[in-house]
This record gives sequence, C-alpha cells and structure tokens, in this order.
Amino acid sequence: MNKVLMQGNKVIGEAAIRAGCRFYAGYPITPQNELPEYMAENMCRVKDGVFIQSESEIAAIHMVAGASAAGARTMTSSSSPGISLKQEGISSMAACELPGVIVNMMRGGPGLGNISPAQGDYFQATRGGGHGDYRTIVLAPATGQELADLTMDAFDLADEYRMPVMILADGMMGQMMEPVVFKEPKLRQYRERYVLKGAGAGKSRFIRGLILDPRAMEEHNWKLARKYEVITQRETRHEAFNTKDAELIVTAYGTAARIAKGAIKRLRDTGLKIGLFRPITLWPFPARELQELSRRTEEFFVFELSTGQMIEDIYLALCGQGHVNFYGRPGGVVPTPVELAHVIARQYPKKDRHHE
Amino acid sequence: MTKKVFGKPKCLKENVFHYCAGCGHSIVHRLIAEVIDELDIRGITIGVPPAGCAVLAYNYFDIDMIEAQHGRAPAMATGIKRTLPDRVVFSYQGDGDMAAIGIAESFHAANRGENITVIFINNAVYGMTGGQMAPTTLLGQRTTTSPSGRDKTKDGYPIRVSEVLSCLPGTTFIERCTVNSPPNIIKAKKAIKKAFQYQIDGLGFSMIEVLSPCPTNWKMTPIAACKWIDDVMSKEFPLGIIKDIKSSDKGEKSHVS
Ligand SMILES: Cc1ncc(C[n+]2csc(CCOP(=O)(O)OP(=O)(O)O)c2C)c(N)n1
Ligand code: SF4
Repeated sequence: MNKVLMQGNKVIGEAAIRAGCRFYAGYPITPQNELPEYMAENMCRVKDGVFIQSESEIAAIHMVAGASAAGARTMTSSSSPGISLKQEGISSMAACELPGVIVNMMRGGPGLGNISPAQGDYFQATRGGGHGDYRTIVLAPATGQELADLTMDAFDLADEYRMPVMILADGMMGQMMEPVVFKEPKLRQYRERYVLKGAGAGKSRFIRGLILDPRAMEEHNWKLARKYEVITQRETRHEAFNTKDAELIVTAYGTAARIAKGAIKRLRDTGLKIGLFRPITLWPFPARELQELSRRTEEFFVFELSTGQMIEDIYLALCGQGHVNFYGRPGGVVPTPVELAHVIARQYPKKDRHHE
Repeated sequence: MTKKVFGKPKCLKENVFHYCAGCGHSIVHRLIAEVIDELDIRGITIGVPPAGCAVLAYNYFDIDMIEAQHGRAPAMATGIKRTLPDRVVFSYQGDGDMAAIGIAESFHAANRGENITVIFINNAVYGMTGGQMAPTTLLGQRTTTSPSGRDKTKDGYPIRVSEVLSCLPGTTFIERCTVNSPPNIIKAKKAIKKAFQYQIDGLGFSMIEVLSPCPTNWKMTPIAACKWIDDVMSKEFPLGIIKDIKSSDKGEKSHVS
C-alpha cells in the first residue's frame, strides 16, 4: 500500500470507509469539519454508503444507533460541546449493546470554550460520560498513522464487544498533515445474531434499554460489568518509549505524548534517563503495565492538556506508590517540546533524593 | 359449518395490554397490527416505539422493534430506513415525544422526507409520567403542572403538529383521526393503512395523528373521555386529511395545500 500525505480528520474518514463503515451521521463543529466533509464526498464510493448531515449531535447519535441496530458499521464525529450532546445516545447504545464509533476531536474549555487543542474531556470519555453504569472503550491516537490504524480497530472492537468505542484525539491531530499507510482492515463480522432486519418468516426480535423488572435490571448491569471486566483484562494498549533504564517516567497521551516524546529525546541527548509511558487505551487504562514500571522507578511526571484528569488514573494505577508530579496546560496554548523539556528537567530526581 | 369472522391480528403477541381501561394506545396498536397483516408486511417491518406509555410496545407487536430514547424515534427510524431502504419502518410516538423533546427530530425527519411512517398519539398530556402538561394540552385544561388550567400567557398555545409538518415539502400524507367511536376507529385504520402504503410506494414521510383518550390523566370515565374528544379536543385539533400529495389526483380536499 502506498504512503499518502493526508490531514488527520480525513485519515479517520478514509480508514473508516476501508473498515466497512457504511453509515455516517454528524453535525458540523470545528475542529473536525473535514471529517464529515470527507464522508459526504466519499461515502458514495461504496455500495450502501450513507452520509447524513443531521440537525443536531443528538439526532446524529440516534441515527447511528438505528443504523447500527439495522446492521451497518456506523460512525459519528464531533468535538467537545457536541460530544456532550451525544452522551444520551452513547449511554443508550451502551445499554442496548449497540456497536458504533464516536470520534471526539477535543477543543478547549467547558461550555463553548474555544477551538484550540485540549484534553479536557478525559473524565467524560473514560467515566461513561452519560448517565448510568457503563463504559466506552477509548482509543487515544498520537500520530496520523495511529489515526488510521486505531480507527480500523475501533470498528472491530465495537463489533466484538457490542458497544460504543470512542476515538479521543484533539484539534491539533485533526488538522495535522502526515504520511499514512492504510493497512488491510480485518473486517471481522459479528453481527447477524441480533441485527434487526424485519422478522422475515421467523421470530421477531426487539432491542431495548428499558428494563422495568428490578432483578432483570440488576442482572443486565452485572452482564455489562462482566463484559467490561473482560475488556479490562484483554484490551489495554500502551507504548513504552525509553523506559528500560529510565529514572523518570513521563506519562502522557495523544498530542501531549507527542510533545513529551520530543522533550524526552532532547533531554536524553543531555544524558538524563527519561522514558515515556503512553496509554493508547484510556479506558481500559493500562494500569498493570504502569505498575510494572513502578518497580523500576518511583519518579513519575504527568503531562496533560488539562488541569489534571488522567493523573487520577495514574494515582490509581500506582496505588499511592512513587512521586507523581504534574504539568498541565488546559487548552489554548500548547507548549513546544523545548518548553516542556525545561519543565521536565526541573523534576528530574536528584541523585540523593532517596537518602533525604 | 362455522366461519371465523373476527380474531386477533397475527402480528400481535398473546400478551395482555398493560394500558389503562379506555386508553387509546391499545386500540391503535391493534389497528397497526391489522394493517401490517393486511398489507402482508410483518416480515419486513421494523417499529420504533418511544419513551412514554407505549414504551413496552415490543411486548405486543410480533415484529422487529427497537425502543428509542424519549423523542429520538424519528432519528432512529432514519438510521434504520437509510440502512434498509426496502423495509417498512414506523415510529410510534406520544405528543410529549413528538412535539416537545423530539420536535427537532420530528421536524427534520419530516423535512428530509424520510420514507417512514409516524403514528402520533395525541392525548394532550404526558401519560407515562403522571399527567403533566404537554405541548398539545388545551388552553384551560388542568394537568398536574398546569393545576389551574393551561394559560397561554405562561404556557403558550397547543401545538398543531400535523398542520405544522404539513407545511414541509417532505411530507406526503398527514391525517388526523381519533379512536373514540367505532366509525372513527374504522376511519383511523383506513388512514394508517394509507400512510403505510405511501411509504411502501416510496413517496416519503407520512404521519397519522390519533386523538386518543387518556381517561386516567384526564380524570374521566372512558365514556366521558370519548365524549370530550368530540366536544372539546377535536375543536382544537380538527379531524380529517391535512395533507395528501395525491389529493389533486383524487379530488380530495386538504386543509393545507
Ligand atoms: C430525556 C428524558 N426526559 C424525560 C423522560 C421522562 N418521560 C418518559 S415518558 C414522558 C412523557 C411521555 O408523554 P407522551 O410522549 O405524550 O406519551 P404518553 O405517555 O402520553 O403516551 C416523559 C417526560 C425520559 N424518559 N427521558
Ligand atoms: S396513562 Fe393515559 S396514555 Fe397512559 S396507559 Fe393510561 S390511559 Fe393510556
């Protein structure tokens, strides 16, 4: 397959179509507009491809739920304020066990905020976001190549576990042009068992989220919980970069991880032993893998484009062990690797720390 | 020899309706089931019931169904129909669902001319949640959240959903019926069948509004509720064909053209 130079938002669109996405509905919001535009232009390339510009994010996610129930691979995309609106439908899809891919190109601040890159939706993405006891798998790409690969994986994961899967990136990743190779998608099919196509001559089926009987409700919630447990055991992903001999581990995801990598490379050149731990799945969080690292070093540094959200998962993973420092830039201004390197260098452990 | 002249529609399950005595939902369910049987589309029909008293419709219809969040049925039906264009897709919605929380989804599905059918149950209250004011509650009508009667200066006016949607070019057939008497029930069935037929013929968005008694929340006997529809409710919501894009062919008159 050839390497192509492509903008992040479009990469997701192309990867989705190749992964068998046949239904896209969405409502414009910056900084992800190139994605629905790409779908509008390219969905007609494939048989049965449907693009709808919906009247709102709420409508879009419920269209996706309907199309998913009818057997299509589905996707919707938005940015922070729009994702808040989609939460009703995401919760409903989790309850009804309907697969679907939701892209969040995060922007800055609560409310309307602004359109600059940020990572303030971590809690919303990893803690359910909508009402009720549910989770969504959350994938956090850090490169254009990962935008392509993880988008394809998202469709398989959504189908395999029958649940919404979120791609959590930000405005910077959406806008950046990078060389990408589109891999062959796996195109695994899991659908036919429950999809509604009309009963034909057979038994009718229904899909519902309302479960009035208290015992049945509890059983359904436990069923979902067991599924989430399996995912936690099986599906965590992370990248460890220069961690073998590291005396300080920087943790960051997405764009922040990319900046951190640049900073770490610089600091390595000056002889500082610094590594990067980058969660790729934000839920399930790669807690065991981070714990492993904590056997080798006690010094951790968390960098986020927020006032501190993933840091809570770091604390949970480390179970109170180690020293954790934090640096956050909550949307608007994104520091350069050089700037971040200065901040990290100040946190580098003094040799005598353990003897204090 | 005996001949069977009346029976349960095939696409209704055995379950006993949970609806209150005198409620219009059970009658309309039956009419839809009869229509599906008569059109012989049970195997290709997918229904989308709402949040509201009809939330358990899948307990009664022996067809594929998926429950929608409150107000979102037209969006969900859109997703299903666009994925499976050769299926018959209908949503079944209350007035709270259709005219309050889901007005955007209703309006835009209609405006896109989605080739679906909406069965819109107008009982002028929120039934399921205990009789609160709906967008269709009449002026002066008492509900639990308009205890001294709906007041236009505070609460606005009842919305005539059918008339509003009939102004959109995407809509094809809209009729307002009621199920408060045997002749009206027969008319309602005819209308529902026609609405489904318009969809089968690929004409676009069709909707049947049914003025439906809610004796429980109107605090009336079933008989008084049926009479109230004739005496009061149908004055605000006039019965009849509101839009029929084929009316010129047939010489039928519509209220809005
Ligand atoms: C988002 C949301 N808000 C509120 C409710 C509560 N709720 C359930 S049904 C309903 C009103 C139903 O009224 P209507 O649509 O008129 O149907 P009816 O019960 O009268 O048949 C409300 C407010 C809900 N389920 N979801
Ligand atoms: S509350 Fe009203 S609408 Fe609901 S079942 Fe009872 S009569 Fe029917």
